[in-house]
Amino acid sequence: MLHLVVCIKQVPDSREIRIDPKTNTLVREGVPAIVNYFDLHALEEALRIKDEHGARVTVITMGPPSAEKALRQCISMGADEAVLVSDRAFAGADTLATSYVLALAIQKAEDEWGPVDMVLCGKQTLDGDTGQVGPGIACRLDIEQLTYVEKVEYLDTEKREIVVHRHLEDGVERVKAKLPVLITALAELNRPRRASLPGLLRAARYRPIVWTTNDFPNIDRSKIGLRGSPTIVSKTWVPEPKQVNTEFIEGDGPEAVAQALIDRLYATDLPQKLGWT
Amino acid sequence: MAEKEQKERKRKPMVGLQPEGDVDWSSYRGVLVVVEQRAGKAKSVSWQLLGQGRRLADKLEAPLMALVIGSNVSHLAREAIYYGADRVFLCDSPELENYRTRPYSRVCLHVIRTYKPEIVLMGATYTGRDLAGAIATHLPTGLTADSTQLDVDDERLLLASRPAFSEKMLATILCKQFKPQMATARAGVFEALPRDESRTGEIIPVPPQMKPEEITTEVLEFLEATGKVNLEDADVIVAGGRGLGGPGAFRLLQDLADELGGVVGASRAAVDLGWIGHDHQIGQTGATVRPKLYFAIGISGAIQHVVGMQNATYIVAINKDPEAPIFKIANYGIVGDLFQIVPAITNAIRQRKAAKDAADPQQPSTPQTV
Repeated sequence: MLHLVVCIKQVPDSREIRIDPKTNTLVREGVPAIVNYFDLHALEEALRIKDEHGARVTVITMGPPSAEKALRQCISMGADEAVLVSDRAFAGADTLATSYVLALAIQKAEDEWGPVDMVLCGKQTLDGDTGQVGPGIACRLDIEQLTYVEKVEYLDTEKREIVVHRHLEDGVERVKAKLPVLITALAELNRPRRASLPGLLRAARYRPIVWTTNDFPNIDRSKIGLRGSPTIVSKTWVPEPKQVNTEFIEGDGPEAVAQALIDRLYATDLPQKLGWT
Repeated sequence: MAEKEQKERKRKPMVGLQPEGDVDWSSYRGVLVVVEQRAGKAKSVSWQLLGQGRRLADKLEAPLMALVIGSNVSHLAREAIYYGADRVFLCDSPELENYRTRPYSRVCLHVIRTYKPEIVLMGATYTGRDLAGAIATHLPTGLTADSTQLDVDDERLLLASRPAFSEKMLATILCKQFKPQMATARAGVFEALPRDESRTGEIIPVPPQMKPEEITTEVLEFLEATGKVNLEDADVIVAGGRGLGGPGAFRLLQDLADELGGVVGASRAAVDLGWIGHDHQIGQTGATVRPKLYFAIGISGAIQHVVGMQNATYIVAINKDPEAPIFKIANYGIVGDLFQIVPAITNAIRQRKAAKDAADPQQPSTPQTV
């Protein structure tokens, strides 16, 4: 049976985060924690593969104990097992340290439940927005990566081949790869299912498996958490839009205003730069 | 239990855990830009990054390097010199025709490890982000995604700033521990240098790092999106927002854009309301643009939109609300009813062209599009 691992992250719903106009700082209080939007699409794809081919779906997250709630949501949708990789030593991780710990966890999941055929991630997180953890995991596990997938065209479990459509700025690429692969999911990939009643019942009772640093005997402690993170945030600020001296154009009726605007534009270097004659 | 331990031991050591111990980073010098191309045509962001790379390299008093990977792409190596590179690494081989992560990343790793740039820059495109994520893990080093500002300080540290929390904030990211310092940057943020064919530089051939038979992924085909708007390369953009009141008014914007040889853009509000497709979206989670002329019509000017268009050379704002924040960044502001003003502008341009054509019938004036 196929073994699929879905990596998820619990994130603050960034759409709800506001800037306090007085202090110019983020207001995080009362911001709901959600399963990263794109990760739900990754999970849905894994569940579809499970429906069609039969598979074991393991969900893994690295995060604080409160991320248990996000894992239970995944169980309610139909994941078989959920693992919370949680330890204070993991805190402050950037994408490099995160991909290291998640790759270790995937290897441990292989030891527990058999070789992994596919790892599925969201294309990026709402709070980090980097899209670097997926490629980082693929690299560390030395498997192929297929990022920004908008469609799984087919999966041949006999030949162990997958064909996906990758979304690019100027078109779509059909790519064939051999399992095991890592894919990162776009929202276009599918529509995540709602939890089923049996799923909700199971989720209510479910306690995620928790792995701490002690569960990884070979872990290199210099590669995790803040210490294992080469990037440092040196400062944050709220950007001020540039200020210009706006000339307000007025006139007697829209035609006069339009004519005045055109005269202004023709008086700039635009005609020369844009080839207006 | 014993079996499990055996299984663990058989595993190859994980990638990206080098280097161990103290490494002398002082030999890392210069800025490397990885040029992205498809079918021999470079992405404009690559030349923009060479422009910014040139500024950083000059400040560091170090060379600007470019890496061109593909099949039949030697002309792009020369182009990279025309756009500012001192030295270009060229890996030109048939199996590199299409981008694939492994063969491309192996070439990048080879060049980085051999020629030791202190900074590596790539476009924050789908391909650039795919490639950068793989390379940074392999090296390993720190990587800042989606930068909108790039600078260096006196200690030769790269100051890569990027939007955070849905563009509500900017954060400056440093990587002090490792070299090279890596960043991807959005298209349209930086300005390319003028193409200069008199510039000279060195082209260094680089061999592919994987045999064709070792590459297991296969690009079956590329389906080019037709009719897709190219906001990032447009010189004129006519953008609309919530103030349009519905999808129909985009027709008026399209007429104006057609007259100016431009394209139609939109704010997130208009896209979220379903009035126009996402590929028209400018700003937050949309395109960052740098046109010469930008019309913001019925757009209030939320910061999420402004970060994507404030680098336009000239901004014209049309809004019925005189207090709309968009006027703060507009060169020309018109307070009024867009349904009257936009057609009037389109008409005024038409008349001006017609008058010109009548005066000089030999040379009909049509706007040039790029």
